[in-house]
Amino acid sequence: MTKPVLLVRALRVELDSGLPIVEDLDLDLRGGEVVGIVGESGSGKTTMALALLGFTRRGVAIRSGTVEVEGSALTEGGERSVRSLRGRLVSYVAQDPGAALNPSLRVGDLVGDMLRAHDAGGKAEGKVMAALRGVNLPAEREFLRRFPHQLSGGQQQRVAIATALVCGAKLVVLDEPTTGLDVVTQARILNEIQRLRSEQNVAIVYVSHDLAVVSSIADRVAVMYAGRIVEEGPTAELVARPRHPYTRGLLSSVPDPVRPRRIQSIPGVSVGVGDRPPGCAFAPRCLQRTEPRALMEAPPFEQIDTHHRVRCFEWRRTPSLEWEAPLITKSSAPGVDLLEVDSLTAGYGSRLAPLEAVRNVSFSVAPGECLAIVGESGSGKSTLARCIVGLHPQRAGRVLLEGAVLAPGAARRTREARRRIQIVFQNPNESLNPRHRVGNAIARPASILRKLSAQDADEEAARLLGMVRLSLGLRDRFPGELSGGERQRVAIARALSAKPDLIICDEITSALDVSVQAAVLELLSELRAELGLALVFITHDLGVVASIADRMLVLESGAIREQGGVAAVLSDPQDDYTRRLVAAAPRLVTSPTLPHLSEVE
Amino acid sequence: MRRFFRALTPSAWIGFVVLVSIVGLAVFGPLLAPHPLDEPIGVPLTRPTEGAPFGTDFLGRDVLSRTLWGGRSVLGLAGIATVLAYAGGMAVGLAAGYSRSLLDPLLMRVSDVMLSFPALLFLLVLVTGAGSSKTVLVIGVALVQMPLVARIVRAATLEQSVRGFVEAAVARGERATAVVRREIVPNILGSVTADIGLRFTYSIILVASVNFLGLGLQPPDADWALIISENRAGLTLNPYVILVPAALIAMFTISVNVVGDAVARNLGISTARRRLVR
Repeated sequence: MTKPVLLVRALRVELDSGLPIVEDLDLDLRGGEVVGIVGESGSGKTTMALALLGFTRRGVAIRSGTVEVEGSALTEGGERSVRSLRGRLVSYVAQDPGAALNPSLRVGDLVGDMLRAHDAGGKAEGKVMAALRGVNLPAEREFLRRFPHQLSGGQQQRVAIATALVCGAKLVVLDEPTTGLDVVTQARILNEIQRLRSEQNVAIVYVSHDLAVVSSIADRVAVMYAGRIVEEGPTAELVARPRHPYTRGLLSSVPDPVRPRRIQSIPGVSVGVGDRPPGCAFAPRCLQRTEPRALMEAPPFEQIDTHHRVRCFEWRRTPSLEWEAPLITKSSAPGVDLLEVDSLTAGYGSRLAPLEAVRNVSFSVAPGECLAIVGESGSGKSTLARCIVGLHPQRAGRVLLEGAVLAPGAARRTREARRRIQIVFQNPNESLNPRHRVGNAIARPASILRKLSAQDADEEAARLLGMVRLSLGLRDRFPGELSGGERQRVAIARALSAKPDLIICDEITSALDVSVQAAVLELLSELRAELGLALVFITHDLGVVASIADRMLVLESGAIREQGGVAAVLSDPQDDYTRRLVAAAPRLVTSPTLPHLSEVE
Repeated sequence: MRRFFRALTPSAWIGFVVLVSIVGLAVFGPLLAPHPLDEPIGVPLTRPTEGAPFGTDFLGRDVLSRTLWGGRSVLGLAGIATVLAYAGGMAVGLAAGYSRSLLDPLLMRVSDVMLSFPALLFLLVLVTGAGSSKTVLVIGVALVQMPLVARIVRAATLEQSVRGFVEAAVARGERATAVVRREIVPNILGSVTADIGLRFTYSIILVASVNFLGLGLQPPDADWALIISENRAGLTLNPYVILVPAALIAMFTISVNVVGDAVARNLGISTARRRLVR
């Protein structure tokens, strides 16, 4: 047995008020090993990631426990001695490279500064070049002189990784390194990380909310909930046979692009730092809790196998995953198309320098059907959505509702046309007026588009709150007092309040945690079955497409690349671009397997 | 309102108490005045005596009584001017920020032209042209402030009008006035009202300046600024006749700003940002 590179024992990180953010954290990691830390927002994973460098944000402190890298403690000694270890022994790659790289420094200085900070300035340029070559970036003088804004997102993240490795760190902490990158770039970065760990034998802590990504790269996975690791084990074992009910819940929340199955959400809301319950923090949401003691005392971290540990009294009773849970059957009535988009072109920019965001796009949606529009950021999918509801001017083409041409601007459409097509936006923080109470926000479309009286509209709002599974008590709250998932439900209820035939969903789950996303997708499936709604579901996530849509359409640079039934397109993509997207889409796997670069390139 | 008081810092509390006392003094002062406004009670410019705690002015009138009378005009005129400036500025700013038409550059360029005049010069020209009356003074001060308010309102409106909930309102076919009133105004009120303290202070200074120059209120009206102006030659004989009204104006403007800052903090808008928008 080789000595571990990283050794964490009983780590506890607290707020100044004494509230714990991370508790009882034990973690070992060997050279060349990748451990994935998975958790939803508020689980303490970023605090933990930073604590591995002996660092905490303002107002937070490491209260007890040890973090050792290669035998050197990062939790002892003064700031000065710990600082000399950072970058040399352990380094950190932050989530958003665009924000983490100083925009006024050139690439050469960004990487070189790390060397200079550790008095390894001699022959710096050679080392910088080597580090850049190590992450497949061009090791050229010209490249060293570039600024971060002249690089793509993927290149920026490579520069950040090169910086982390240039001093020969033994441990690299990656905090959501691919969140915000498109899937193809994400697949490339993951391949890069995989190659580096085997070539340079670095130990890697990979922090992410995305179980599918983690399962494809990590040897071991640790699942965090409310500041504690609730389950840790080899990836294959943990994914195939989760023992903690939370892990199981997370896994069944992850949609799969290739083997569509019904996704299931976890009931309840994840707890924030301030309101963690005593005992097992997951107990209030747990379906298999029988022992009342889970509410009183915290379960111990039990060793259930050589490498598999779980923090649950009831782990033996956790049922295995239903991998083949059937999808809710969908039906689309034949007949006239509900929505037809005919050679639509739209764009931005002035008449002199026009920029086409959507080019000659045609498609149709049948009543009750769910059409997914898939594309990376910048593919024009949001512009398309805004054109359909009349919020963006069209340059050419037509939008038809049941065969009748709609005016390009919402203001010039009939009330009936506005009522029948509703839109739900990506970010509910943005789309709900923070000064309007939830009940009023929901009632408004009913009163303005259906001309219901104030009282009827209020009753309708109450009914709709129930329909989106929210308690009536939320009616008098402001959006700021709700969680992200609750807000998105309110936004959906507001769209339903117009009694629409079609809802355009513009990336409505991408700002949500995976278990919350699962709940929203479940809700939409149920609403479709109940109300016969048609959906246009815009997303970049093929897993989501597979679990909700009937047909899909792939958009790239404003043009349609491929269009067809979801199963057909995902299992046998015809277009090159679609093929790359499908190959790069992260999937839950039981052993680390990455898409081959040849498939992605 | 309760939340507002709970959020007050000690310095804001002091500012608030000073503010309320001075407003109280201005409003109820005339009832407390021991002497008539306009009658000499002794030798001009004597130092404080039994009957006149702050002495007499250049005509031998009681400084205390005139000071008690003199707050109404400064505060009242400045208050009305500020309210008018906000009413006009909100209308112009909302129209310019939301219209997305030729109206926006049109209104804003006119505002820029108005801003390019030095405030006092503009007022002096106006008073000279239209005659000196309270109405002209109030309208003039409001006009000077309006473009500043309009600019802040327009910037805040632009920021809000691209947000999702505004688009959602447009998509459900709300009328423009309804969108502005329901969706935009409630959300810009915070950043707009944060500036009220500054605007009010500026109004007071303008009103006082014009009065001091003798182009606003005319003798024998009592007015803090006018009192200072009339008696400035007697500063060495009876300093109180200058110091008391000057101190009141100074304390009032400071307290308005302290309270304004507290309100802004309460609304989550930093002082730094307020200084920027100014």
